[in-house]
Amino acid sequence: MNGRSLWRKCVNGVMFGLTGLCTLVAVSVLFFILGYLVWNGGRAINWDFFTKLPKPVGETGGGMANAIVGSAKLLLLAALTGVPIGFMGGVYLAEFGGKTFSFLVRYATDLLNGVPSIVMGIFAYTLVVLPMKHFSTLAGGLALGVMMIPIAVRSTEEFLRTVPLSLREGALALGASKWKAIVTVVVPAALRGILTGIILDLARVAGETAPLLFTAFNNRFWSPGWDQPTASLPVMIFTYAIAPYEDWHRQAWAAGLVLLGLVLLANITARVVLSRKLSSVAG
Amino acid sequence: MTHSAGPELKLRVIDLDFYYGKVQALYAINLDIAANRTTALIGPSGCGKSTFLRSLNRMYETVPHARAEGQILLDNEDILDMEVSQLRRRVGMVFQKSNPFPKTIFENVAYGLRVNGWKGKGTLEEAVERSLVRAALWDEVKDQLHKSAYAISGGQQQRLCIARALAVDPEVLLLDEPCSALDPIATAKIEELLFDLKKQCTIVIVTHNMQQAARVADFTGFFLLGRLIEFNETGIIFKTPAKKETEDYITGRFG
Repeated sequence: MNGRSLWRKCVNGVMFGLTGLCTLVAVSVLFFILGYLVWNGGRAINWDFFTKLPKPVGETGGGMANAIVGSAKLLLLAALTGVPIGFMGGVYLAEFGGKTFSFLVRYATDLLNGVPSIVMGIFAYTLVVLPMKHFSTLAGGLALGVMMIPIAVRSTEEFLRTVPLSLREGALALGASKWKAIVTVVVPAALRGILTGIILDLARVAGETAPLLFTAFNNRFWSPGWDQPTASLPVMIFTYAIAPYEDWHRQAWAAGLVLLGLVLLANITARVVLSRKLSSVAG
Repeated sequence: MTHSAGPELKLRVIDLDFYYGKVQALYAINLDIAANRTTALIGPSGCGKSTFLRSLNRMYETVPHARAEGQILLDNEDILDMEVSQLRRRVGMVFQKSNPFPKTIFENVAYGLRVNGWKGKGTLEEAVERSLVRAALWDEVKDQLHKSAYAISGGQQQRLCIARALAVDPEVLLLDEPCSALDPIATAKIEELLFDLKKQCTIVIVTHNMQQAARVADFTGFFLLGRLIEFNETGIIFKTPAKKETEDYITGRFG
């Protein structure tokens, strides 16, 4: 009896230790990466990085203002294509989809989610770059937008499903049509989750490099228009990191830090805005 | 056989059969519901009383493959042929678990008015106040109309749901075990409220609590295994039931 309880205590202790250790490893990897990025990026970053164009090869200094603006433009386009399609698709799956059809769509979105991002680049290349005969911001934005769709669909669907049936019934019982109940009660009830999902989705594609390589391409100057190639932070990091110049490596670290900062900023802003808007209502 | 309830009828249910897919849940229900009276439906779990209640405003339509056959006449008009949102404006419903929307108290009550196309802000505020007064909630919430509906107590939330249903001026109010999650004090408040409400509308309440049926209802129907076993004035059902099943159930000998 006593031996058995001692054994149980041992097993309990070992298991507790193991789970704790694994958590520690996971978190420490994360903090190591973040720390390394902040350390290297922080030393490299300066005001010029945000305001100046890249310097020609051989000259030190300069910045990536064009890539920061380029990334913002690409993300705007991605959001404009990916968010409405993903959101509406998620609403359809959660609220209207039949069993078999929903299953197929869900399966297809999961597959799409697993498609290598470079294939998304080829898709946008075929659809936009080839007919236009040159690289463009438009093509890059489209590639990122298509990448956003699967997660936008699935996260919207999942969060709508967490809204209790009783809320839908409450709206229907007051004479609201199904559509009206969804727009006025169900979506607002799930809004915080849906927006969080979409922001995380946007943050994920913000760091995508492969689909931009042969869609938005790159540009050492200001992009003259939406139909022209543009620089972007991930592609700049790629280009600068593999270059043989010490100063370019420095700039790549800075670009990494800026990218991280932008994602973090988007996240925090969204959360603050949302909690301020909803805290008085949803509790 | 038709159970007659009195001269002024609000709802007449004629030969109602109800199916969930292939499973029959209600068998040939015939029941008359008197206007401006409270009718209680009692019976063990799974007897079909909630299904019956949900057929009166066609709330069962949210369940796939559920269907009703027969006639349900609301002022001589068959509700099964009516436009459903029109029907639900006339036949309101309060659910077992209070289900306020994640909006302010004001917006909860105004919801039905807004979806039904209410115009003019001044009158909307008056209508919200009127509904909250009718639901005996106004004095408790008048200073926090623009706070979350989740900030008030469970009993208050249920009365808020009643106010929300009353805002569209329904002719019939259906209540599906409205007090089952409430303490005795909150329950007493709602029962008191039901007495006042029947002056303006017809009330049908499903309850597991037989004392509650005896307290609030003018008429009571006893359901068992999808059939309406007995329907009569509440006093008669509880004192001198005609059927043995009814007597067994209300005396607690039901096995």
